[in-house]
Amino acid sequence: MFKNFKHEKIETNAGLLLVLTMIAVSIGGLVEIAPLFFLKDTMENVAGVRPYTPLESRGRDIYIREGCYTCHSQMIRPFRDEQLRYGHYSLAAESKYDHPFQWGSKRTGPDLARVGGKYSNEWHVQHLIKPVSVVPESVMPNYLWLQETKLDVSDVGDRMRALRVTGVPYSANGEEYQRNVKQFGEAVAKTLHIPDALSNLVAQAQEGNFDGDRSSVSEMDAMVAYLQVLGTMVDFSKIKPEDLVKFR
Amino acid sequence: MADNPHHGQTQSAGAQTTGHVWDGDLQELNNPLPAWWTYTFYATMVFALVYWVIYPSWPIGKGFLPGMSTITYLNADGKEESWHWNTRAKLLKESQDAVIAQKPYYDKVAGLPYEQIGKDPELSSFVLSAGKAVFSDNCAGCHQAGGQGKVGLFPNLVDDDWLHGGGFDKINQTISKGRRGYMPPFGEALDQAQVDELAQYVFSLSGGKADPVKAGKGKELFHSQTGACYYCHGDDAKGRQVIGSANLTDKVWLWADVPGLADDAAKIGAIKKVIAGGLDKGVMPAWESRLNAEQIKLLTVYVHELGGGK
Repeated sequence: MFKNFKHEKIETNAGLLLVLTMIAVSIGGLVEIAPLFFLKDTMENVAGVRPYTPLESRGRDIYIREGCYTCHSQMIRPFRDEQLRYGHYSLAAESKYDHPFQWGSKRTGPDLARVGGKYSNEWHVQHLIKPVSVVPESVMPNYLWLQETKLDVSDVGDRMRALRVTGVPYSANGEEYQRNVKQFGEAVAKTLHIPDALSNLVAQAQEGNFDGDRSSVSEMDAMVAYLQVLGTMVDFSKIKPEDLVKFR
Repeated sequence: MADNPHHGQTQSAGAQTTGHVWDGDLQELNNPLPAWWTYTFYATMVFALVYWVIYPSWPIGKGFLPGMSTITYLNADGKEESWHWNTRAKLLKESQDAVIAQKPYYDKVAGLPYEQIGKDPELSSFVLSAGKAVFSDNCAGCHQAGGQGKVGLFPNLVDDDWLHGGGFDKINQTISKGRRGYMPPFGEALDQAQVDELAQYVFSLSGGKADPVKAGKGKELFHSQTGACYYCHGDDAKGRQVIGSANLTDKVWLWADVPGLADDAAKIGAIKKVIAGGLDKGVMPAWESRLNAEQIKLLTVYVHELGGGK
């Protein structure tokens, strides 16, 4: 069939040229990305990773709204210098409930994949309001409105429902709730139940008191709650390092 | 120019054409790539073939070609184990090599009591330079690069005032387990005048010029069951390191920015704010889950060197 094929045929047929161009362009993706969905070594099987609570999830929305990802990555690469500075390298499993993931490749500021628990809530509040007050050499802008702005909680349930469509196991009914109890335990499953989203959000903000002001739930509450959970879900003391080597 | 006499050639350069002709006289030149370019291109193909053999490459079903190159590291039981080349295996190997290279130092550090480390100049310089690196990555965010802290937020580590104790063991405990500063608010239990009297007294304790009458009343309150300040800060107001309560008789201030404010009224105002509002902040995170025991020991020596002792 190739005997009578002439290059001229493609050059003079726009439709054929379009189809063949698309096939040529997609080869890179097919070879490099598509197999990851089928390889058994892609996703590590580790305990502890759970979807974000309503408050953390809203914090993540604000993180994306403010464009934090343009300067901060959330992926510690498996290099020794990165491990020494930021902590254990990131696992694929740790961002399996992130839609979209916040890996990034641009670090004007430091990587935030394991910033959770590294600083106190007060530090985060102070730092977000005026970064140079705690890190004199910082070029990060001031985000002072986070503390003053009340968190919009009106659509928190809808946002979780949208994430549920992408595959995040938030529960919308009793059956799904039971499934979550089995998978994550009762305490976590409760925070993933969409009908209770609002009360869960307020309860976590009250108990955590992330912004140092219990009188209302501010965007700062959500933001700090989100930052404080980053990279803290997996307990690496219970994992043998050589087991993770085999997931590559 | 349908009858082009130079068919197959351009008129000017004499280069080959592809033979395609449009509109009777439009021709397409055929300039082959230089030989060095094409051979380099073929060489990259050969390189790719070699690469596929050495490193993990083609996906096949649920697995992939692992490649022939392997990396040998130690598993959790201390036995040698090999796996096909990948960045995680490489990192594990490199980390273990680094541990082996630093082992003589770490063994010495782990084996020696704190007091002895400072006496060995070589070891001491290792500990302080390694400790400085760990401090910069993990502690400087709050305590600042030089350890000077921030009034109103984070304790100064350079002075010799220690809320929870500045001995090696106490510093180690503080780093490993973290701390939490707390003082109950007295704004509701006491009226404004009483808060003012207490503040005057507290200000006078460190040599501040306070109203003697008010300070006298404050002193009574301090030691009374109403104020009960003595309960945490001690009868001598010098604080109790067991519970981390502040020494009020020195000129070191963490929460009220007394040294930074200009006039006495403002200074007393800052003290009043702390008495009335209390403190429910000053959280030092626990580092034992993030740093290993050796790193914490290095940090302890480093922080002790900054201003420890008491």
